[in-house]
Amino acid sequence: MTRRRTALAIALAVAVSAPLAACGSDDPINHPWRPGGSTPGPAAPVAEGDLAGSLTAAGASSQESAMAAWAAGFQSAYPDVVVSYDPVGSGGGRTQFVEGGIQVAGSDAPLDDEELAAAQDRCAPGDVAELPLYVSPIAVVFNLDGIASLNMSPATVAGVFARTITRWNAAEIAADNPGVALPDLAITPVTRSDESGTTENFTEYLAAAAPQAWPYEPSGNWPLDGGQSAQGTSGVVQTVTDGVGTIGYADASKAGSLGTVALGVGDDFVPFSPEAAAALVDASPRAAGRPAASLVVDLDRTSTAPGTYPLVLVSYTLACTAYEDDADAELVAAFLAYVASEEGQAAAASAAGSAPVSPALREQVLAVVEGIAP
Amino acid sequence: MSGQRLQAEAEPELAPAPLSVRGGGHDRAGRVFRWLATGSGVLILAVLAAVAGFLLLEAWPALSASREDLAAISWIPDDGSLLGYVGPLVFGTVLAAILALLLAVPVAIGIALFISHYAPRRLADVLGYLVDLLAAIPSVVYGLWGGLWLAPKLQGVWGWLSDNLGFIPLFEGPAATPPRVMMTVGVVLAVMILPIVTAVSREVFLQTPRLHEEAALALGATRWEMVRMAVLPFGRSGVISASMLGLGRALGETMAVLMILSPGLTYSWALLMAGRHQTIAANIALQFPEANPLGVSALIATGLALFVITLLVNMAARWVVSRRAAFSGAN
Repeated sequence: MTRRRTALAIALAVAVSAPLAACGSDDPINHPWRPGGSTPGPAAPVAEGDLAGSLTAAGASSQESAMAAWAAGFQSAYPDVVVSYDPVGSGGGRTQFVEGGIQVAGSDAPLDDEELAAAQDRCAPGDVAELPLYVSPIAVVFNLDGIASLNMSPATVAGVFARTITRWNAAEIAADNPGVALPDLAITPVTRSDESGTTENFTEYLAAAAPQAWPYEPSGNWPLDGGQSAQGTSGVVQTVTDGVGTIGYADASKAGSLGTVALGVGDDFVPFSPEAAAALVDASPRAAGRPAASLVVDLDRTSTAPGTYPLVLVSYTLACTAYEDDADAELVAAFLAYVASEEGQAAAASAAGSAPVSPALREQVLAVVEGIAP
Repeated sequence: MSGQRLQAEAEPELAPAPLSVRGGGHDRAGRVFRWLATGSGVLILAVLAAVAGFLLLEAWPALSASREDLAAISWIPDDGSLLGYVGPLVFGTVLAAILALLLAVPVAIGIALFISHYAPRRLADVLGYLVDLLAAIPSVVYGLWGGLWLAPKLQGVWGWLSDNLGFIPLFEGPAATPPRVMMTVGVVLAVMILPIVTAVSREVFLQTPRLHEEAALALGATRWEMVRMAVLPFGRSGVISASMLGLGRALGETMAVLMILSPGLTYSWALLMAGRHQTIAANIALQFPEANPLGVSALIATGLALFVITLLVNMAARWVVSRRAAFSGAN
């Protein structure tokens, strides 16, 4: 069963990533390795062209476009290397990584205790590395004629999505938006119909920032029955666009021309931006009780630090600090160094709209990557 | 009609071939062909058995799993009952298919009769060609068309229905915005199955014996009376078969439903409200990518339910056709 699904997923991955990869390498402006652009030297510990082999990765579909950009950028520096990423989903990626089938995995959630123990076994004598290399803000988008931006406190957002605030001119929304002419219109919340990391992060935020207004457990599956929902980020954006008085949540890079919500942080309202998303990751503490190479962030969704945007999806790149095969270790180290580099993060930002990691976090990641040894 | 067919099938065995130049070649060819035909027949049975076996085998982990294990899957109801999960899906699947049939079959019969008995020869040819062309459009195209173009246009109609006929449970409001609802799915599925139902019905209506039609006209019947007395009774079992073909397509339709419907797991009759229904095929496509092994197994169990529904529908159709055959005037 698993093998058949994997084969299917690989076929899909090839079909999907081929055009993406082509776009990545043809893009003359944003191409990180373009002639006359920044040299690949400082990011890659090995001289150009020395590497050969194949690096197989699998996991979260949220990282798919970013991975395609990274693979294209890395492969154009090392033509003999083949990087493949199979977007089987976070759970599938973690399982394959622990079983040793792939060198690198992408996961929207850190490993749980059981998986962590198994992964440590897999990586022995090294450690398992969990690197927060894909940080993406999630936007709350809405469709109201003539209104491009609204302020909402966490409790208001939770009330809207829990369907306790049902009209756009409700007192709660009006209180945060003095001077805005809110229409007397029913609110139609739009959610994801498939299980997704976006939903999980959104419900985590609601549960943490507005526990009174949001009585549900965080889950990758939307907890309320009934109501509008659609498949995938593009489905949600399409549904919000088609409706009247609709509101939904989607990866910020896909928000397009829809109105977006500035979320209440402390006494302030912060619109989404890559910088504000990266700032939240910096302001959040490291999760305790994990291996040294594991840079898991305990996202502080209730942070009141100015300029932080609390609705963020962090997707981890899982790797080992030791591989049985020398070539594998070299390859993974070079690839991750590229991914964490400014060029790599810029490539992901232009391809997937992710937030480049801060210099402080990059330093920590590169320290781990340098520790990857045969 | 079935009698004629039987005769036609028996013919090759009865007819001698004395004109064959190669002596004995006829017998060998006949034997080979017979084995090939028998083999093909057996193959169909084998495939059917293999599909049923596969579904049972792959669904077994979910069928035998404990409620706690099942409840751990985020999209299965908290009580962990597989039946509680499959039930609304079966309801939604059957509801969508029946809605599509109710909308499509009357129109299809109208088009088929127009082509076979009313339209001038040339127009009939063009129309028949167009209908066949519609049948060849892939469902994902219908899905895109329905979701992106048709659904926004239907918003006003559904709003009017719920405002004025909201007292009927089927049209209970308020109508959802955007109209990603069962009614829209029904309309798009109806458009999808219209060509196949029309094409088969037209063929059947064209088979009406000319003698029957001329006899009806000679007795002073108008054209409509002739259609009612000669064509429709003759074609009834054919139209039922055509509807079953359409029903089969509607039951298994995935992409169009996936793109148009806001899913929900309830036994609701409210066709204009979002998040009330979901079909089995669309649900499998929706949940498969992120499902764990037990989740995949649960999805295959819903596939097993769809398989059983299709079998039941086909058996019911056979029964109806065979019961009607005696009165159809076809024999």
